[in-house]
Amino acid sequence: MTDPETILIEVLRWHPDTPEAPWWQSYEVPYRADATLLEALQTIKDDLDGTLTFRWSCRMAICGSCGCMVNGRPELSCHLLLRDLAPGPVRLEPLAHFPVIRDLVIDQQDFLDKLPAVGAYLVPAEETEAAAAAPAAPSRQTPAQMADYYQYAQCINCLLCYSACPQYGLKPDFLGPAALALMARHDADSRDHGQAGRRAARDADTGVWDCTLVGHCTEVCPQGVDPARAINRNKTASARDYVFDLLLPGRRR
Amino acid sequence: MDCDLVIVGGGGAGLRAALAATLADPGLDIVLVSKVVPMRSHTVAAEGGAAAVLRDDDSFAQHFDDTVSGGEWLCDQRAVEAFVAACPQELIQLERWGCPWSRQDDGRVQTRFFGGMRVQRTWFAADRTGFHMLHTLFQTSLRHPSIRRHDEFFCTDLLVDEHGLAGVLGVDIARGTPVLYRARAAVLATGGAGRVYAHNTNAGIVTGEGMALAAVHGVALRDLEFVQWHPTALPGSGILITEGCRGEGGLLLNAEGRRYLQDYDLGPPDPWPRPRAMELGPRDRLSQAFWHEDRARRTVTTPQGSAVLLDLRHLGAERLAERLPMISEVARRFLGIDPVTTPIPVRPAVHYTMGGVATGLDGATALPGLFAAGECASTGIHGANRLGSNSLAELLVFGRAAGEAAAAWSRNAPSAAGGSLLREAQARAGQAYALLAEGHQAGRPRVAELRTAMHAAMEDGVGIFRDAEGMQRACQALAELRARYRAGVALDDRSRSFNTEWLAAIELGHALQVAETIAHAALARRESRGAHRRRDAWSARDDANFLVHSLAYCDPQAAPRIEHVPVTLTRSAPGERSYGGAGARVALD
Ligand SMILES: Cc1cc2nc3c(=O)[nH]c(=O)nc-3n(C[C@H](O)[C@H](O)[C@H](O)COP(=O)(O)OP(=O)(O)OC[C@H]3O[C@@H](n4cnc5c(N)ncnc54)[C@H](O)[C@@H]3O)c2cc1C
Ligand code: SF4
Ligand code: FES
Repeated sequence: MTDPETILIEVLRWHPDTPEAPWWQSYEVPYRADATLLEALQTIKDDLDGTLTFRWSCRMAICGSCGCMVNGRPELSCHLLLRDLAPGPVRLEPLAHFPVIRDLVIDQQDFLDKLPAVGAYLVPAEETEAAAAAPAAPSRQTPAQMADYYQYAQCINCLLCYSACPQYGLKPDFLGPAALALMARHDADSRDHGQAGRRAARDADTGVWDCTLVGHCTEVCPQGVDPARAINRNKTASARDYVFDLLLPGRRR
Repeated sequence: MDCDLVIVGGGGAGLRAALAATLADPGLDIVLVSKVVPMRSHTVAAEGGAAAVLRDDDSFAQHFDDTVSGGEWLCDQRAVEAFVAACPQELIQLERWGCPWSRQDDGRVQTRFFGGMRVQRTWFAADRTGFHMLHTLFQTSLRHPSIRRHDEFFCTDLLVDEHGLAGVLGVDIARGTPVLYRARAAVLATGGAGRVYAHNTNAGIVTGEGMALAAVHGVALRDLEFVQWHPTALPGSGILITEGCRGEGGLLLNAEGRRYLQDYDLGPPDPWPRPRAMELGPRDRLSQAFWHEDRARRTVTTPQGSAVLLDLRHLGAERLAERLPMISEVARRFLGIDPVTTPIPVRPAVHYTMGGVATGLDGATALPGLFAAGECASTGIHGANRLGSNSLAELLVFGRAAGEAAAAWSRNAPSAAGGSLLREAQARAGQAYALLAEGHQAGRPRVAELRTAMHAAMEDGVGIFRDAEGMQRACQALAELRARYRAGVALDDRSRSFNTEWLAAIELGHALQVAETIAHAALARRESRGAHRRRDAWSARDDANFLVHSLAYCDPQAAPRIEHVPVTLTRSAPGERSYGGAGARVALD
């Protein structure tokens, strides 16, 4: 098969300053087999239409900026080659389930607010002030201990999993796959002392029990984080804590 | 809005500065402004690792010597002494905050070789070190509500009065509205300027604003002529293939399959691996060697330009998966190559700016209240060539220093400026909005057109090898581009909400300033040292006349003025910079 000269890219556009409803716009972009979809968007922006709006930065699938729906599936635009999208057309929409700011730019504030809510940070052991100011040596953690959480620490916060999650679409206050994976990441770290603080968020009705085990999050994750597994693990922990709390009243929180 | 301290930049340096400031003074009202959400900052892309003395066979003196000779004695030695002594504590601090450093079987932190380092000194988190460091810092910042984040706010200018810094001007990107942060202290942590070149390893946001913002207000930019080419990036995209590959034993081959570095004073090739030799030589020397091989047509041809081959096959599938998973994925995804069976084509690309806003050891600039840290700053530790893995450590060491110093300064600073400041703010913000309002006028160049012309001027005149004629050509071209820019650019988009075309136009103005400064500083250095290599009458190092830093003073309308000041030496006299030679094979564990 000979390569096409161009590829058709259709973008669902919207601008908050105009009264217009979202509209589809088509762009005919020069085709290069090894160009990424992001590069095609940049060509549009530079040469064809400076008003097309999208986020990007690293162009190597690590900063998490460039997510959008590509033919109905959440993807990183810098991670897709035109070769794999030919002959087109390619239909682009903003990530599903998020409010849109403009064109392909979505509002990520909801997710950013959920990070402190799930305690997505490591709580180190209490230290004397002097020791905390000038720690003398790294603590030890074996590769086996690392393996417990390492996969969940690979999350680039790209939000593709939220777009794939039907539950988040129905119920936006569900903490969602990435936030719950980050909760698991810290809970499972041998250096962490913050588990107790995360329990309330985990067990609330917006926490792990809201997940209906569809598993699309894991399928779309570009980093192999497997949020579904993380959530399941937290469900197990949540159920165990619940049973213990019944057996040992007064233990909880 | 009023606050005590503004930090511009949410990369490694900015986040570390914010944490240091709030830990030093929890009552301080800190605003962290960043044009992207902090974990999207360019630090996220750093792969290889961060340097700090950890092993018993290492010492501060050795880290100092490697850094100073690596920088070809242009390093400020007082700064290097302070730096190497503070690195271990900072990396341990990061460990406390949760950074998943790669470990040995017994749970101790693992280290690897990096170019120009004689000991395995580089801590790493697989080949995603910057990613893990940045997320650790970002997540830790969530514990401190006194750090108020203004994500996706773009800084356009600084405000200065008779007492020094008086505020920072910005734009709320989503709304397109102007913002004034009134504060007596600010830390610039805006990163480097690699995007002034066409072929670079940098993220799209690395456009040099911080340097230009300071320069506009009279602060000198130091040593900007020293631009680092990383020897191993993908042709075309410039995506980085980390030096960690060579630290793990990777080989560089030319089209004839020869380990050509042996022909450039970096050999003999065996025994391998051995530190500070062959593939583990410093970046300036490796990139220069590529240039010669390419001229001699001993490179391979790819659709995106010539390349040499990085051979990792002998490392085996298991080690590649454990130590270099991201690189393996990048090669598979972007090139359709499996490094287990096929060497990766690589070539040099612009990677790092050794110079930047001139600061002291506490990040203070010549403008009272203005501090700088990270890649946008120049404390002088990198000299004429940075060693890989010193930068990530630098973000922490000097980010912390600047954060603490800025916190102390803001406590004792004069009170906020009054009404005249507001008028000044409106006038200055007006410049950015004029760009937007006038963007429809006929005959103006598009942003991309000027950007492409800037790239061409820099690649042509201020490349890996330089000569007077080429540098003059670049100076001339950049002066013309700046004049055209001042006359106005065309914008398709003149709306306010999330107008990234407009922001790109503002970035371009700053980038042109930085580019012109690089070209002039390069022209004024009539010698060759480190990454500044000339092929005309000044092809040798000249310690008698040029053991000096350059200081560039910028002018909004005219070419920058370049001065030279002596380098601070403490205990290492300038000497021969030698790599390669005999040595024993080392075991990589
Ligand atoms: C691909 C790659 C790999 C690397 N690998 C290594 C390595 O292994 N080891 C090592 O030591 N070094 C490495 N480096 C170098 C190192 O990563 C950088 O020097 C370092 O991350 C820079 O950090 P920073 O905090 O100074 O800036 P950045 O991380 O670039 O952050 C800059 C911040 O400033 C903000 N900003 C900029 N301009 C504005 C503005 N106008 N308004 C508002 N905000 C603004 C941005 O939003 C961002 O938050 C690598 C570099 C690259 C390119
Ligand atoms: S879990 Fe995966 S898909 Fe979800 S935000 Fe993290 S990296 Fe993206
Ligand atoms: S641009 Fe960074 S993830 Fe795509």
